[in-house]
Amino acid sequence: MKLLREIWIIFIHSLRVALRNPMTIIVGLLQPVTWLLLFAPLLKNLPATAAFSPEEAINIFTPGMLVMLAPITSLFSGIGLVVELRNGVLDRLRVTPVSRLAVVLGKALRDLVVLLLQGVLLVAVAWTMGLRIHLAGILVGLGLMMIVGLLMISCSYAFALILRNENAVASIANVLLLPLLLLSGLILPLELAPRWMQIAADFNPLAYTVEAMRALFTGRFDDTVILNGFLLTTALAVFSLFWATRSFRRALA
Amino acid sequence: MAIIEAYGLKKQFKSGKKVVEALCGVDLLVSQGQVFGLLGPNGAGKTTLLRILTTLLPPDAGDATVVGHSVTSSPEAVRKAIGYVSQQGGAENAATGRENLMLQAQLYGMNRAEARARVDELLAAFELEAVADRVVQTYSGGQRRRLDLAMGMVHRPALLFLDEPTVGLDPQSRAHVWDEVRRLHQQGTSVVITTHYLDEADALCQRIAIIDYGRIVAEDTPDALKRKIAGDVVRLILDKEHVIDAQELLRSQSFIREINQEHETLRLLVDQGEQALPMILRMIHDRGLVIRTVTLDRPSLDDVFLRQTGRSLRHDLN
Repeated sequence: MKLLREIWIIFIHSLRVALRNPMTIIVGLLQPVTWLLLFAPLLKNLPATAAFSPEEAINIFTPGMLVMLAPITSLFSGIGLVVELRNGVLDRLRVTPVSRLAVVLGKALRDLVVLLLQGVLLVAVAWTMGLRIHLAGILVGLGLMMIVGLLMISCSYAFALILRNENAVASIANVLLLPLLLLSGLILPLELAPRWMQIAADFNPLAYTVEAMRALFTGRFDDTVILNGFLLTTALAVFSLFWATRSFRRALA
Repeated sequence: MAIIEAYGLKKQFKSGKKVVEALCGVDLLVSQGQVFGLLGPNGAGKTTLLRILTTLLPPDAGDATVVGHSVTSSPEAVRKAIGYVSQQGGAENAATGRENLMLQAQLYGMNRAEARARVDELLAAFELEAVADRVVQTYSGGQRRRLDLAMGMVHRPALLFLDEPTVGLDPQSRAHVWDEVRRLHQQGTSVVITTHYLDEADALCQRIAIIDYGRIVAEDTPDALKRKIAGDVVRLILDKEHVIDAQELLRSQSFIREINQEHETLRLLVDQGEQALPMILRMIHDRGLVIRTVTLDRPSLDDVFLRQTGRSLRHDLN
């Protein structure tokens, strides 16, 4: 099929170019790995509560770091697109008969594979620190992380194509990043939060993802939060992908 | 047969509250096999016109048929038939020349084997074999431009658009691009070039349209455009303080049809250059004014441009 072929061609080409520079993978990993190394050990010595048991600290903390990895890497992926816009790369692609969706999705898949590699490395680091969970939990968790990644990448692409300025994209990403992360319960469970923060978190899609991820990592596979997390994130990812594609179709150089 | 037929193309841009009329009703006819030049200063609407003809920008009004298809109703069919090399080129810096070409070939539907053969052919034709596997970042300006051209021609388009193809190139690379355009022309490819270099338009194009403030103000062969300005052009360069006096003096002479001043230069349009020149020199000398240089020329495209737009294209560049 034409669309799948075009997505594949763009994906393979972009991935080969991206992997030539290993820094692409390392940079995004620094923050979550630092959190794992320098923050997770503190959790072991906290007193146990109903919501939290210190023995499970790493199992509770790692899923949060996986969710954190997605926006930290992916919200900034539009910056590369601004450069391509300015260098005429996107115009050159838009003059070919290639499908617009294929260009956006092909590039997004490249960014997703980079994210997946980072996720696997992150889990490996957590494993050395005592993470012990079911393989299926990890695999499904990485899948969920990639859906969050697609959502963030698409939004970042749309920002890039509309604003056409690297600094503006970076600013938006930075402004969104902290509230998204802190109101998702990814560092400590939101059960510890005051009521108003919990209400605010209800409007943060990442909060549902973190809950789903945590259920996966602690083996509660029948918990409905997993399905809810998947459905919400997937719906938003698809919506944002079409937003990005629409912006690409209309983008001016 | 026409390869481009455009009528009534209009485009406005809004920047804040200001509305800029980039194109205000452009009609254009380009015959198959021609090298057609779009000549005009920066901001005249050349690039907007090109972007509409290459389906990158929808017109507000009007339509264009490019290689037999409408840019508004079947842009996909237009895209298959045309090649476009933008001012910036559009090669990916972090990829090698070969990777850029391979991607481009595959996007036009070639399978890997076909693409590989075509890419080898292009690398050889554009003398890029030695740098084919280096990333584009390391290319010289000339190598880069050759790669851009090769990318625009990967699928052997019937019509190639080149937007300012020689801006910023050294003379040797510029000559190389010109040779390439001539080769394309010999092979029967139609080419549309935008440029603000008059010598480039003169050297390459069979027909030229002069575009200014979003309108086509003249359109013909370079020779016919120049012939329309019958007569000869005398250029005088005087001492700065004498320019205005000289202009006053010459303005009253009936054998001088037109007079323009630009810095220290006076440009006079006269019927018989050989007879006018001694008279002009004598009058200026008698008035005690000092001439530094004199030239007598047939009208150039710059004179055509000056006549059509009231401005000198060379002046506009500085």
